[in-house]
Amino acid sequence: MVTNNFEYFAPESFDEAAQLLAKYRDTAKILAGGQSLLPIMKLRLAAPEVLIDLSHVPELSEISSNGDGLTIGSMATYYELSQSAVVQKAAPAIAEAAGQVADVQVRNRGTIGGSLSHSDPAGDMPAVFLALNGAAVARTRRGTREIASDRFFVDLLTTALRPTEIMTQIKIPVATGKTGSAYSKFENKASHYAIAGVAAQVTLGSDGTVTAARVAVTGVSSKSTRAKRTERILIGKEPTASVIRRASDRAAAELQDDLTEDIHASGEYRSYLATVIAERAITAAVERAR
Amino acid sequence: MTLVGESVKRIEDPRLITGKGTYVADVTLPGMLYMTVVRSPHGHANIKNIDVSAATSYPGVVAAFTGADIAEQLGSLPVGWVLDEDMKQPPHPPLAVDKVRIVGDAVAVVVAETNAASVEAAELVDVDYEVLPAVTDAVKAQASDAPQLHEEAPGNLAFTWEIEGGSWDEAVKNADVVVKEKIVNQRLIPNAIETRGVVADYNPGTDQITMWTSTQIPHLIRLLFTLVTGHPESKVRIIAPEVGGAFGSKLFLYAEEVIAGIVAKQIGKPVKWIETRQENYLATAHGRDHIAFAEMAGNKDGEILGINVVVNANMGAYLSTFAPLVPTILFGIMLAGVYKMPNVKCKVLGVFTNTTPTDAYRGAGRPEATFLLERMVDRFAQEIGRDPVVVRRKNMINAFRNGYEVPTGVMYDTGNFKGALNKALENFDYQGFRKEQREARRNGKLLGVGWSTYIEITGMAPSAVAASLGAGAGLWESSTVRVHPTGSVSVYAGTAPSGQGHETSFAQMVSSELGVPMENIEVHHGDTDKQQFGTGTFGSRSLAVGGAALHMSLAKVVAKAKTIAAHQMGVPEKQVEYSNGTFIVEDIPERSLAFGDVALEAYLAKDLPPGMEPGLEATSFFDPDNFTWPFGAHVAIVEIDPDTGDVQLKRYLAVDDVGNVMNPMIVDGMIHGGVVQGIGQALWENAVYDDDGQLLSGSMLDYALPNAKNLPFFETDRTVTPTKVNPLGAKGAGEAGTIAACPAIVNACVDALKHLGVTHIDMPVTSEKVWRILDEKGKAHPRRK
Ligand SMILES: Cc1cc2nc3c(=O)[nH]c(=O)nc-3n(C[C@H](O)[C@H](O)[C@H](O)COP(=O)(O)OP(=O)(O)OC[C@H]3O[C@@H](n4cnc5c(N)ncnc54)[C@H](O)[C@@H]3O)c2cc1C
Repeated sequence: MVTNNFEYFAPESFDEAAQLLAKYRDTAKILAGGQSLLPIMKLRLAAPEVLIDLSHVPELSEISSNGDGLTIGSMATYYELSQSAVVQKAAPAIAEAAGQVADVQVRNRGTIGGSLSHSDPAGDMPAVFLALNGAAVARTRRGTREIASDRFFVDLLTTALRPTEIMTQIKIPVATGKTGSAYSKFENKASHYAIAGVAAQVTLGSDGTVTAARVAVTGVSSKSTRAKRTERILIGKEPTASVIRRASDRAAAELQDDLTEDIHASGEYRSYLATVIAERAITAAVERAR
Repeated sequence: MTLVGESVKRIEDPRLITGKGTYVADVTLPGMLYMTVVRSPHGHANIKNIDVSAATSYPGVVAAFTGADIAEQLGSLPVGWVLDEDMKQPPHPPLAVDKVRIVGDAVAVVVAETNAASVEAAELVDVDYEVLPAVTDAVKAQASDAPQLHEEAPGNLAFTWEIEGGSWDEAVKNADVVVKEKIVNQRLIPNAIETRGVVADYNPGTDQITMWTSTQIPHLIRLLFTLVTGHPESKVRIIAPEVGGAFGSKLFLYAEEVIAGIVAKQIGKPVKWIETRQENYLATAHGRDHIAFAEMAGNKDGEILGINVVVNANMGAYLSTFAPLVPTILFGIMLAGVYKMPNVKCKVLGVFTNTTPTDAYRGAGRPEATFLLERMVDRFAQEIGRDPVVVRRKNMINAFRNGYEVPTGVMYDTGNFKGALNKALENFDYQGFRKEQREARRNGKLLGVGWSTYIEITGMAPSAVAASLGAGAGLWESSTVRVHPTGSVSVYAGTAPSGQGHETSFAQMVSSELGVPMENIEVHHGDTDKQQFGTGTFGSRSLAVGGAALHMSLAKVVAKAKTIAAHQMGVPEKQVEYSNGTFIVEDIPERSLAFGDVALEAYLAKDLPPGMEPGLEATSFFDPDNFTWPFGAHVAIVEIDPDTGDVQLKRYLAVDDVGNVMNPMIVDGMIHGGVVQGIGQALWENAVYDDDGQLLSGSMLDYALPNAKNLPFFETDRTVTPTKVNPLGAKGAGEAGTIAACPAIVNACVDALKHLGVTHIDMPVTSEKVWRILDEKGKAHPRRK
């Protein structure tokens, strides 16, 4: 359990970090909380020559909200997210999911930016990010762009971030009207990652029908994915128990060609669990919206 | 003042929880080198060539060795328990020479000035393998076309072991019903928090090898090391410093201990090897792994007539040190349990496969026997439509104080099984629960209760009995009590703890007996140069056997001190009484001598009774004439989520009878820890191999250990039935929880699903297994397509 040799940098500003990344490009890796990167380095599944540690760049941990929505620094830890009053108010599903990640030690170090950038197929935050219609702010030395959550997760452990880009912030648009969000997961008893996790955000109109819904599933396939059929069934209807059940039944419908199978759960069971967990998450989100 | 029976706080804890303990990894010697083991990535392969040249030229590397280089010095790892002449003992070279048989088999070692250099260079060792087909399942390995592991063991059969008490055929002839079930006891990984590790030091001047190793059996390691390497026992010192958990897995001589010792001798410098967690999963012995076929015969009125079991025991690729004992004797003789079971038949096939060797793991054989028996009792009760508690009580042996012989040929010491069951029923409203269960079922909720009334075998063991059954070592225990001139006391115990709190329990005994305060008592263990000999810690023996040896030494010390005191006070010895650390002349309380003053006198020796030797110390060896047999009744209550199949443990009640208790807090801790390990097996833990011999549950990401958030508070209680086997009246408490818990939990899961016709679920009872059952029985979530 020893990593390869590597060079370590601890830049104290974003510019310094971006310069280092521009210099070393794909021989380098950004180090955030290290809770995914260091284990795979110790297993020698990754062997970067250079690590650029972001933990000494203070502005990357800031959390704030204004009329447009919530802005979370990529280096905000799970612990900070689960405790933040701002997050609890503006996007309770984030706080809820952050509090369910792993154990105290991991939550003290692991970051939201690290989780999204890593795109673990069973990560909790990617599903929440999708359901809340977030965007990632990606910056290089030269410029900044925003990547919408819908375009962010490309494949297993692969995102739309380019090798020279650093994710600096996560933006969550302000929820309008009667909106509620929730995250629910069925844990793997060994790793405590999701066997099936579902994040849901539901907005209700004045007549009590669903005007907007975003539902995302994690743990079931190679990446967190929106359950669009579920969303479509919900929209325009009053979210009664039977409507929610019917919608949840389709939670894994789009994932049938890409189901994860391992010693912990068959694809069939994962697919089934997604429907049960979706029902729980959507029901909670609807409750909160009311 | 007596501390016996008091919950004295553990005196070892302040140093352990403030990071001041010294584990093997903390041992650093001048000039020390670091060793990394190159391991086989294949389950079964011929080694065609090993090229270490790139590794040896890596900066900082001192040497690299292959099996071929040092095979002669390393010898073959021995088996310490030989069942009979037919048992196969194929060679087990510490470093593989021409063949590997497990993923993780050691093929070469690299020794370097830093750990990082040794790890880096080990990656450069180039091994050319010819991969062979592998087999990992104990039944499949017996097929005629299965890959063969050892020439010496045709059909991959290591041994066949049989026992029959009474007559199974008779039982069947007289029975109304015979129930049958295939019962798998899955493979487990012991997972001590501290992995194994060795620091070996060689002194070329004295030819002395000193080895720090994380073990439960320092003296036996010394003995076995000498047997394997030929290095004289008098020139080997084994030290087990703090040991951070073991659970049986550190009870064997391992390849790395032999290799590190021999490599240190070859190079002439100290060598350190610390096992990584991943290596631990591959290279430290596993536990359990039985595929059993069980039958139970009985009558419709609930009378049990007998049990018949055929077990395919997966031994792994080699026989580990005590492996043959575990699935045979420690399993077969336990099959009568707490019941009047007139007929018991058992056949065990020990099978080689391309998997990590299995050996003793907390409970060793008894968990397998108890799980099978207690499951079959429930299975039988279900078949005849009777309550499992009623069936248990009907067949239970009545209380006894002078031994009870069961058909498997062993003699239980003392027991009151119904007493434990009654206590459990006092603590748990069984009828009330049944009502609650029926109501819950009407509301779509699945509740279940499971019982386990167990007996187990501890206090290993009478040496002569063990020897007649195949033991290669005496199983007595020793102690030395040395009183210092100023009255403080050093105890040298032959036992070797790995977290059990022996220092506290033993010091409580000394303090109570000699009247010396706890802080003036040091308990030493785990160093072959300090203790003359000891068998070590396993089989819940340390208090029942080691504590008894200590008791004997204390009695000798008190007797000698009393003689001195009488002489000093000028009265006949029979007029001297000893209490609370003071010798008092009968009826004349003002004439007294403190124990400390007598101790000083023993060393000053200016006026000792004629002919008496100076000094105040005693050594004793205790060899019991029987094992001790703790027992109890455990109850588990589970709730199953009908939507997901997830099992939640709602309550867990334990009543255990471990005889007299030295320290109730420590015994409760033992029960708690044991129960957690049992729950882990029942619900979560599972070591899984694929057909090529790759361990799929190769890290904690994939091997599910219990954690606190999934456990309820435990409700523990006791009955006390002292043993007469040792002077303390104490039985072992270390394994009871693990043994009792699995059947209680699984019986509860089956109980929750009984109305659907479920008769058995194999461990671990995962949510997917339950979901599939619910699905088959048509009760799963209606939405499933
Ligand atoms: C025992 C354990 C249990 C766990 N259980 C869970 C769980 O239940 N649920 C769950 O969701 N996760 C779990 N995790 C993973 C955890 O959430 C990780 O913390 C997370 O996936 C990565 O965040 P990090 O800050 O540690 O990132 P790091 O490990 O430092 O980095 C991860 C990857 O992202 C890249 N990266 C990081 N930050 C940036 C950035 N700002 N810009 C560009 N690239 C970046 C890195 O280069 C690296 O490739 C667990 C981890 C452990 C060790």
